[in-house]
Amino acid sequence: MTLLSLQNMKTNIGQYAVLHDVSIEVPEGGVFVLLGRNGAGKTTTLRSIMGLWQPSPGSVTFRGRDLTGLHTVDIARLGIAFVPENMGIFGGLTVEENMILATAKGTFDPKRLTYIYDLFPALQKFWDKPAWSLSGGQKQMLAVARAIIEPRELILIDEPTKGLAPAIIDNMAAAFREIAQSTTILLVEQNFEFARSLGQNMAVIDDGRIAHAGTMQDFVANSALQDQLLGLSV
Amino acid sequence: MTQISATLSRLGGVYLLPVAVSVIAFILIGAPSSWVTLTVAGLAMGMMIFLMASGLSLVFGLMDVLNFGHSAFVSFGAFIAASVLAWLGGWLGADSIALNMLALMAAFTAAILFGLAAGWFFETVVIRPVYADHLRQILITMGALIVAEQAILAIWGGSPLSVPRPNFLQGSWLIGDVTIEIYRAFAFLLGLAVYIALYAVLNRTRIGLLIRAGVENREMVEALGFRIDRLFIGVFMAGSALASLGGAMWAGYETLITPALGAEMMIVVFIVVIIGGLGSIQGTLLGAILVGLMANYIGFLAPKLALASNMILMMAVLLWRPNGLRPAVK
Amino acid sequence: MTQVTNGTRIVKAIVLLIGALLLFAPFLFQDVRSIEVAARICIFVVLVASYDLLIGYTGIVSFAHTMFFGFGAYGAAIALRQMGPGWDAVALGALAGVLVSIVVAIAIGLLSLRVKAIFFAMITLAVASVVMVLASQLSQLTGGEDGITYKTPEVFKTAYKLVTDADGKVVKVFGVKLNGKLAAYYFVFATSLILFIALLRIVASPFGTVLKAIRENEARAEAIGYRVVAYRTAVFVIAAVIASLAGTVYAIWLKYTGPDTALNFSIMIDILLMVVIGGMGTMWGAVNGAVLMVLAQYYLRDLMGVAAEATANIPVLPYLLDPHRWLFWLGIIFILLVYFFPKGLAGTIMAKGART
Repeated sequence: MTLLSLQNMKTNIGQYAVLHDVSIEVPEGGVFVLLGRNGAGKTTTLRSIMGLWQPSPGSVTFRGRDLTGLHTVDIARLGIAFVPENMGIFGGLTVEENMILATAKGTFDPKRLTYIYDLFPALQKFWDKPAWSLSGGQKQMLAVARAIIEPRELILIDEPTKGLAPAIIDNMAAAFREIAQSTTILLVEQNFEFARSLGQNMAVIDDGRIAHAGTMQDFVANSALQDQLLGLSV
Repeated sequence: MTQISATLSRLGGVYLLPVAVSVIAFILIGAPSSWVTLTVAGLAMGMMIFLMASGLSLVFGLMDVLNFGHSAFVSFGAFIAASVLAWLGGWLGADSIALNMLALMAAFTAAILFGLAAGWFFETVVIRPVYADHLRQILITMGALIVAEQAILAIWGGSPLSVPRPNFLQGSWLIGDVTIEIYRAFAFLLGLAVYIALYAVLNRTRIGLLIRAGVENREMVEALGFRIDRLFIGVFMAGSALASLGGAMWAGYETLITPALGAEMMIVVFIVVIIGGLGSIQGTLLGAILVGLMANYIGFLAPKLALASNMILMMAVLLWRPNGLRPAVK
Repeated sequence: MTQVTNGTRIVKAIVLLIGALLLFAPFLFQDVRSIEVAARICIFVVLVASYDLLIGYTGIVSFAHTMFFGFGAYGAAIALRQMGPGWDAVALGALAGVLVSIVVAIAIGLLSLRVKAIFFAMITLAVASVVMVLASQLSQLTGGEDGITYKTPEVFKTAYKLVTDADGKVVKVFGVKLNGKLAAYYFVFATSLILFIALLRIVASPFGTVLKAIRENEARAEAIGYRVVAYRTAVFVIAAVIASLAGTVYAIWLKYTGPDTALNFSIMIDILLMVVIGGMGTMWGAVNGAVLMVLAQYYLRDLMGVAAEATANIPVLPYLLDPHRWLFWLGIIFILLVYFFPKGLAGTIMAKGART
C-alpha cells in the first residue's frame, strides 16, 4: 500500500525552478532510497514534502491526504519526521534536552527510551552533555533518535552518512534496519554502497526529474543503468 | 598559552571580563570606597540596561527580526512610570513603606502593561507584514520609532520631566566610608531578580526549551511539530514589557527625563547586544554589565572619554569576536 | 529591469524638467527663500543619490550617511575659519573631509560588513551617534552646539560684483543681479550636477552591474567569484566620499556649519524619507524625493500652521495640524509608503509604464 506519493511535483525556490517533475510512490514499510548527484534536487524533494519549500498544489499525498499548503508544523504532527542534511541538532541544548523537545508531551516513555538506548548506546553515555560537544557520528545518531522518540509513520533522512567514518556507517545501517521494522524511511543518499544495503525500492533523480524508479534488486543488477545515471559502476 | 586559555575558559571564559575590568579599575582608582560606590553604580546601570536589551536580543535570535523601534518601549515606560509616580505623589511622600511600595508597584505595573499591549500591537500590525525582509523591517521599525518619539513629544511636551522617588528609596547607606545610593542597590536587586526569573524560565521550562531551540534553528523546531510564530508573539510582548520596566526604573534612577531618552538608550542597547552577541540572555547580561561598569569607571577616571569608551569597547570586541562575546549557538 | 517604458520616460522627463528649473532658478524665482530652497534641493539630490547607491543598489542600510556629510562640512568649516576665506582652505577642508570619511568608512566596512547586514545598520547607528556627541563636546574645534560661522572665498560674497557696468554698478540680467550670491548658487548647482552624473556613471558601469548581482543574490554572486565584502566596502567608501563632498559644498553655501545643518540625526531621517518616497534603486527617484521633501519642509509646514490657525475653533483638528506634529505625520506616511509603495514614486511610475 502506498504511504506517500508524489505526483508531478514542481518546486520553485525564489525565481529558480529547482524541481520540474518528480513522481514517486513510497510504499508502507521498509526503506525507499532516493539517489542522485549533487544538486539534482534530492534535498529540495524532502524539504518540499516537509512544507519547508512550497511544492506545486496537490502534488504530495500522504495516506491519501493532500499535504501541499499545510504548515510544516501540521505536516510533522501527521507523523512525519525530518532529519536534515545538517542534522538540525540544537548545539546549545544537552542531548537530553534535544530529545525531550521532540516528545509530544515533554516526558519520555520509558520503553521507547530503552529502545533508543539500545539502538544508540553512545547517547546514553553523553545524555547530559551539550550537543555541540558530540562527534559527527553521535550528532547524526542524536538526530535520528530525535526523529523516532515518538512513534512515526515516515522518516525523511537526508544523507546521514555524509562525512562519517566507515565503522560508524555500518552501525548506522544496522540501526536503520531496526528502525525500518516499524517505520517507513525515505532515505536520500549519494553513498550507493550504503543505500543498496538498505533499500527495497529506489528512484534516481536528475536535474529535478525522476530519471528511473524501481526495485533496488533490479537496479543493482543493471550496471549499465547505474553507469548512466550515477556515473559509477560497482 | 593553550593551557592558560583552557584554565580561563574553565573559570568562566568571557564571563571573567567584568571581573577583570573591575580589578583593573580598582588599581587605577586607588581609593576602595570610591571603587565600591562606582561598582555598585555600574552594576545597577548594567542591570537596567540588561532589562532594556534582553527583549531585543531574544526577538532577534528567535525570528531574525531586529526592532529599531525597541527603544520606544523604553521611553514610554519611563514617561508612563513618571506620570503615575507624580499622580501618586501623596503616597510616595508618606512615611509608610507599604504606601511607598504600592505607588512604585503601580508605576512599574503601568509600564509593564503598556509594554505588553504595545508589544502585541507592534508585532501583529507593524512587523508581521515584513518578517523575511530585513531592509523594509529596518525602515518600518525606524519609522515607528520616529512616530513614537513624536507621540511622546506631543503627550508630555519637550521639556524635561522630573521623576519623584518613593521615600524609602531616597538617600544612601553609609557603610564605613562607602556610600551606596539605596535606589542603585534596589535597581540592581530588582534587575537580578528579573534575570534569575528569565534564566529559570529559559532553562527549566518547556517553553524556555522551545525558545532556546528556536533561537538556534527555527525551521527544525517547526519540523518537530511546534509553532514558533505563536511563541514569538509571547516573547516579543515579554521583551517589550521588560524594556518598559527598564525604562521605568531608569526614570527613577535619573530623576529627570527628556524625550531624547529613547534615542540615547537605543545606542547603549545596541552596543550592549553587539558586544554580548545577539540571541542569548547570558551574552546580553555580560554586555550590559560591561557597559555599565565601564561607563562608571571611565566617567570617574577620564570623564572626557566616557562616551568614546563604549565605542572602543565595541570595536575591540568586534575585532576579537565578530559575532559578539557570547552569541547563541547557530 | 532597465527596459525603456512609458513610465521611465515620464520619470526622466520630470527629472529633466526639475534640472531645468534648478538651472534657471535664480531667474525664475527671485526671492531669497526660493534660492535657499533650490540650493538645498541640489545638495540633497546628491546626498540622497549617494545614499541610494548604498541602500537601493547594494541593499545595505547605513545610518552614518549624515556623519560623512558632516565630515565634509566640518572639514571645510574648520579650514575656512583657521586659514581664512580662500580656495586653498576649501580644497584642504574638502580633502580632509574626504580622507576622514574614507578611513572611517573602511574601518566600519571591514569590521561589520562581513557579519550580518543588520549588524551593519546597528553599528553605523552607534558610530554616527558617538561622532555626533563628540562634535558637540570638542567645542574648541567644532564650536559645539553653536557651530561655526566663517567667510567663504571673495567671489561668493553677496556684495561681490561679477559684472559691472560703466558706473561700477552690478549688471542685472532679467532683473537678477550678477553678484556673488548668484555665483555661489551656480557653484552649488554645478558641483551637484557633476557629482550626480558621476553617480549615474557608476551605476551604469560594470561595477554597478556587479552590485545589482550582489543585491539580487548574495550567495550566488559569491559563488561566481565576486568578493562581496570588498564590493560592499567599496560602495560604502564611494557613497561616503560623495556625501562628504556634498557636505563641503553645503558648508560653503551656508557659510555656517553646526550640528543642525550637518550632523543631526534628523538629517539622516530626511535622507531616509527622501530615498523611500522617491524610490530606492533608481537614482532618478532620489531627485524626486529630494525635491518633494525639501519643498514640503519649506512650504507644507507653513501651510500646516495656517491650517491650524484657520481651524482653531474646531476641536482636535488644530492640534493635529500643529506644525510641531509635522514629523509625526511624516513618520506615518513613511511607514505606509514602505508597506504599500516599496518602490517609491519613481519606481511605481516606472513599473506602471511597464505594464501598459
